[in-house]
Amino acid sequence: MSAEFRFDGEPVSVEPGQSIGAALIAGGRRSWRTTRHGGAPRGVFCGIGICFDCLVTVNGEPNQRACLAEAVAGDVVTTQEGSGHADLAC
Amino acid sequence: MDLNDVVVIGGGVIGAACAYYCAEAGLRVTVVERGSPGGGTTSACEGNILLSDKEPGPELELALLSSRLWSALADRRGAQAFEYQAKGGVVVATTEASAAGLAKLTVGQRASGVDAVDVSADELRELEPNITSAAVGGAFYPQDSQVQPMLSTARLLQLVREKGGRVLSATAVTGFLRGADGAVLGVRTNSAAVPEVRGKCTVNASGTWSGEIAELAGAPIPILPRKGFILVTEPLPRVVRHKVYTAEYVANVASSDEGLETSVVVEGTQAGTVLIGASRERVGFDRSFSLTVVRKLAAQALGVFPFLEHVSLMRTYLGFRPYCPDHLPVIGPDPRAPGLFHATGHEGAGIGLATGTGTLIAQLITGATPDLDPAPFRPHRFEEVAA
Amino acid sequence: MPTSPAESRYDVAVLGAGPAGLAAAVSASQAGARVALLDSAARPGGQYWRNRGDADSGALHHDWSTFRALRGELRGRIDHLAQHAVWHAEHDEHGLDLYALCDGAERIVRAAALVLATGAYDRQLPFPGWTLPGVFTAGAVQALLKGHGVLAGRRIAVAGTGPFLLAVAAGLAQSGADVVGVFEAGHPAEFARFPGALARNPAKLTEGARYLATLARHRIPYHPRTAVIAAHGDGELNQIITATLTREWQVVPGSETPVDCDTLAVGYGFTPQLEIPLQLGCDTRLDVDGSLVAIADSRQRSTRERVYLAGEVCGVAGAAASVVEGHLAGLAAAEDVLAATPDPKQLRRLRRQRGSLRSFAHAMHTAFPVPAGWIGWVTPDTTVCRCEEVDARTVEAAIDELGAADPRAVKLYARPGMGLCQGRVCGYATTCLLAAREGRTPTADDLRSLTARPIANPIKLGVIAAGQRTGPQTKPAGANSTELKNYSVQCHMRHVIL
Repeated sequence: MSAEFRFDGEPVSVEPGQSIGAALIAGGRRSWRTTRHGGAPRGVFCGIGICFDCLVTVNGEPNQRACLAEAVAGDVVTTQEGSGHADLAC
Repeated sequence: MDLNDVVVIGGGVIGAACAYYCAEAGLRVTVVERGSPGGGTTSACEGNILLSDKEPGPELELALLSSRLWSALADRRGAQAFEYQAKGGVVVATTEASAAGLAKLTVGQRASGVDAVDVSADELRELEPNITSAAVGGAFYPQDSQVQPMLSTARLLQLVREKGGRVLSATAVTGFLRGADGAVLGVRTNSAAVPEVRGKCTVNASGTWSGEIAELAGAPIPILPRKGFILVTEPLPRVVRHKVYTAEYVANVASSDEGLETSVVVEGTQAGTVLIGASRERVGFDRSFSLTVVRKLAAQALGVFPFLEHVSLMRTYLGFRPYCPDHLPVIGPDPRAPGLFHATGHEGAGIGLATGTGTLIAQLITGATPDLDPAPFRPHRFEEVAA
Repeated sequence: MPTSPAESRYDVAVLGAGPAGLAAAVSASQAGARVALLDSAARPGGQYWRNRGDADSGALHHDWSTFRALRGELRGRIDHLAQHAVWHAEHDEHGLDLYALCDGAERIVRAAALVLATGAYDRQLPFPGWTLPGVFTAGAVQALLKGHGVLAGRRIAVAGTGPFLLAVAAGLAQSGADVVGVFEAGHPAEFARFPGALARNPAKLTEGARYLATLARHRIPYHPRTAVIAAHGDGELNQIITATLTREWQVVPGSETPVDCDTLAVGYGFTPQLEIPLQLGCDTRLDVDGSLVAIADSRQRSTRERVYLAGEVCGVAGAAASVVEGHLAGLAAAEDVLAATPDPKQLRRLRRQRGSLRSFAHAMHTAFPVPAGWIGWVTPDTTVCRCEEVDARTVEAAIDELGAADPRAVKLYARPGMGLCQGRVCGYATTCLLAAREGRTPTADDLRSLTARPIANPIKLGVIAAGQRTGPQTKPAGANSTELKNYSVQCHMRHVIL
């Protein structure tokens, strides 16, 4: 019984127990983040929460490891730029 | 065998600065560092170059000189070489009483040549939009600046090498070479390759360990370790524009309490992390982690920058400030051991005061007119008090 | 109602619910100990038995029946504290304190003894293009498949060194993936140098043979002495460059061959997660595979009182060894805390099994070394530190121009290891780069300086500020009652908060 969450506005289906990262990869997405200095695209690398490459913003909360975060129906997930805390910048 | 003009014991920021200014003065320099250059207290700092936290007196004079010299270094070698940022400092008062005390302090600071600007609560918020709404006012110090301490130390030593100087790492001083008249002629080391380093002058710049080195020369100085923690956040965009601290920081620096003291010091870095200090403990060289201290620093920082509540702590580090009972550094020749100079005891101001210290040492060695009266920093002042 | 220190404290806490941790928790509890089993994941299994929960039939897994048996025992005297991410551990007067983050809040778990079974993760070597999306660790591809039922990509290359590559490739093949090849930088024939170890571990030989048969059946080529020395693509991977290697891992000129693929699974062995052992002051050493591991004695004791180690944390040796050591550690902890004497026959059997399995691991590590020749594949533009985007040029400048003479200095001058992963990914490579410059190989001290950290996981400043030494503490169920209940704490944490 698959559910759906939204990624950058688009629906993504997810199976029970799947992480957000796995669901995105299953849907053909490899990257959902850009790095602070070079703006380079990143997605899952280590897959087990060690490398902090797969960071994504979930329901407004930045820097969630997509490989660990289990997706819940109705989650709003967005691409994360840089540090993920642009709202704090002054 | 080579005879150096100057042997510098210690490759931290103070030793590096002494070596740099001596090399600039045309002297042949060898730096002897027992570990990795900059690997001691220098690697556990924030990189402060502050005028704002110094009460009028010799330390402020040294700070004014040093600040000018850091700026000149940045101009000459490029700010990026040291990650020099002339970002300015902001002191925050959260009560009317501390605001009043601060306003009194700034009067005296301006009279001593420090650019200190009283700011209202609104002006404070313009300077630091993320500051707590509980702030009632403060002071702005445009002259406060920052460097990356280890990078700066490495650069200074690189410049020393470019001028023909030597930097010996992993080489510990085990004793002093003495002449028949008691003059200090250099050092003995634990290195098989370089068991002796001879010099007309030897500078003890071994930071928190300079008391031990001074003992070896029979010229003791009372240097004690004062432990401090720094918290490092996850990388952020610019969220704190200046070095920010609260009015309590100044009182803390000047106290001699045995127990734990903490105050708030917050600043951003070029890399995007925010550094949070500051704690002071007299616990010898105990390197253990203290959750109590870390919690207190976190809680206090939140009081000044509430947004930090949702920011993650990524790592912590600790270091030992070299601390003197009268809170002044020890700089100058030691009459008890001719040929020996000390450059140490800078407590939490080592980075900021390094350039002035190095310049003074070079001047005292070459006989040039010192930019400052070195008398307040004389190494034998503690024995005078005791006598 | 206040409880005495003894009552509010578990007898044994086990950190990590993988093969070693599960076995330790079960053995300790069967010996009569009140056990807390902590893990940051929602479900037990660690990496090896990473699964999809009730939906998982175990078809893709090995030793599934062992896992199910151990998991079944969790409904005994064991408090399974899932989604507890431990960021700090300390000794206190009566034992050990674990500070965990659960559902965004702090939890403290106190125990008289602690078994550390924190496992290991893929060891990485940088190469040009390795930061492209589509390049994964071998462990990531395995985790996606076993834990989430997802194929990492369409055309998948598997590269690196060590027998894990076979397991990954075989698993992918069985799941219908298009595996373009297995590129093993070493040579499996090296195994033949260890007939003793092979003879003591027939099951391992069978396992290896099965993998090779699977590869053959799916016509997946196996290329020894071949490595992926570069990855190309525009925003994501579309091609790798493979090359033949000498024994010292230098590229044979002219052997570079492009291979089209959209996914690369790469791994060069494993390295233990040592933050908590190091925080507690456990001694560490360099293992034969060049990884830093925690030192355990024949009773699985670390060098610190009442702290025990089991599994990959004391040397990478695979799941079977982890289970055996977990049992030994659990028994030792229960014996020390409760004077519960283990059955000598069981102990002998476990020790014999440990000996065989560890000798196999030793042979494997020796057969699949990581010579420093990989440094020749690295160009000045190659990213060394992924988090802080530090390239090789900057690392080398720190050594050559700024005089960095140890890894900590390199870190402080050039910033590798200063980002969110705090050097877990780049620490080994950075150390190798420095050591190579000095004409030597990394020492335990080198690796330790980049591995020790008092904050094992990022934790919000608000949470740190709010926590206090005396609580909120998770206490054993039945601390004040005569009845023992089944007790499992599940925090309703949907996301692992950074």
